[in-house]
Amino acid sequence: MRNNIKLFSTSILAIATVFLIPVCANAQQNNAPKAIDAPMSAFTLAPLPYAYDALEPAIDTQTMTIHHDKHHQAYVDNLNKAIAANPALGGQSLDQLIVKAGTLPPAVRNNAGGHWNHTFFWDSMAPVAKSGTPSPALNAAIISSFGSMDNFKAEFKKAGLGRFGSGWVWLIVGADGKLAITSTPNQDNPLMDIAEVKGTPLLGNDMWEHAYYLKYQNKRGDYIDAWWQVVNWDAVSKRYASVTKK
Amino acid sequence: MAFELPALPYADDALEPHYSANTFSYHHKKHHNTYVVNLNNLIKDTEFEGKTLVEIILASAGKNPGVFNNSAQVWNHTFFWNSMSPNGGGAPTGAIADKIAADFGSYDNFVTEFKNAGATQFGSGWAWLVLGTDGKLKVTKTPNAETPLTAGEKPIITCDVWEHAYYLDYQNLRPKFLEVFLEKLVNWEFANEMLAGKEFSGDK
Ligand SMILES: [Fe+2]
Repeated sequence: MRNNIKLFSTSILAIATVFLIPVCANAQQNNAPKAIDAPMSAFTLAPLPYAYDALEPAIDTQTMTIHHDKHHQAYVDNLNKAIAANPALGGQSLDQLIVKAGTLPPAVRNNAGGHWNHTFFWDSMAPVAKSGTPSPALNAAIISSFGSMDNFKAEFKKAGLGRFGSGWVWLIVGADGKLAITSTPNQDNPLMDIAEVKGTPLLGNDMWEHAYYLKYQNKRGDYIDAWWQVVNWDAVSKRYASVTKK
Repeated sequence: MAFELPALPYADDALEPHYSANTFSYHHKKHHNTYVVNLNNLIKDTEFEGKTLVEIILASAGKNPGVFNNSAQVWNHTFFWNSMSPNGGGAPTGAIADKIAADFGSYDNFVTEFKNAGATQFGSGWAWLVLGTDGKLKVTKTPNAETPLTAGEKPIITCDVWEHAYYLDYQNLRPKFLEVFLEKLVNWEFANEMLAGKEFSGDK
């Protein structure tokens, strides 16, 4: 059972993060001579999967713009710099880096985490009209683990408010196949070898102040409450189905 | 006796345009106040009640994260308010100027180190100029609520690099905030008092 779940996790990641693999900027074209010292570039920042104003009013346009174009871009740029400074880590996918975070230099761990977490975050949200509802299977699992959807949301909020400083709050499928809520500091995540509670993320909310400060300031709880409106339940349900179907 | 929110040592618009009254309305009235309220609630009827703020910080470090985080954040914020002044910024004068030149080689070296410490504190935290246990000035950084007090170091100046400290005025531009802090805000008069050994209770 345990082994099976590990396998699911790996395959889900492969699907979920198929676009998070470094692309070789100098990929061979026809018979062009090979550039010996041309570096593998690089992780790239994908556009948001919706418009910057698509999550209004829960998340304002200015926040989305700075969060994606500045913060996420900086993680991507700094990850590329950190890999360039540690050539032995070149050519590896983001997933390969994440699972061995504990062995990585801090600059690689932090920026790889920042890139993975934000990509996952954008894909975890959708405009209100397209946010969907939990699948019957996910809904049943939430009720089984937390008693009710309201209890789940309350526990998720409590974990988010309890994350002192910067970090993330997660809904995960643990090694036992059950749903659990956990939080991680800074740009760590539950896939990392150093995570206190490990599992496959189904949903994550950004508890860095940059995620909400322009609109909510010190009221992190109000941000979490509003954020439920833009959770992409179709995406979360699909992630859950991928974990459980194997 | 319960702790009270220390007043700002200047008007809330005194540091405009470098540090806005709007930011203070949250940073002082909300964040700092929340740490005070949480601390009072956490220490009520415990062994920490009746101790000084610094005693609580030192006694709770590594043992009681809730009490430590809130007590240290009360002290850190009061220290940060005093690390800024409407007449601040630029090169220091007095004893701190000589000591910085002696221990860093030059004021410019200090500036580079301090900015670097603040910019590279990943996540929430603080950049510090401290008097180390070896009697020399040095630049350090600490995550979240951590303070040099627990290492026996004497804080001289701090800059808050939690995002809430600068996000309304500078958004993602933390290095810009650190630059403005040093050029326009840093309170060298206060630094000289700290260097001379004045105690800082952090609770008023
Ligand atoms: Fe973020």
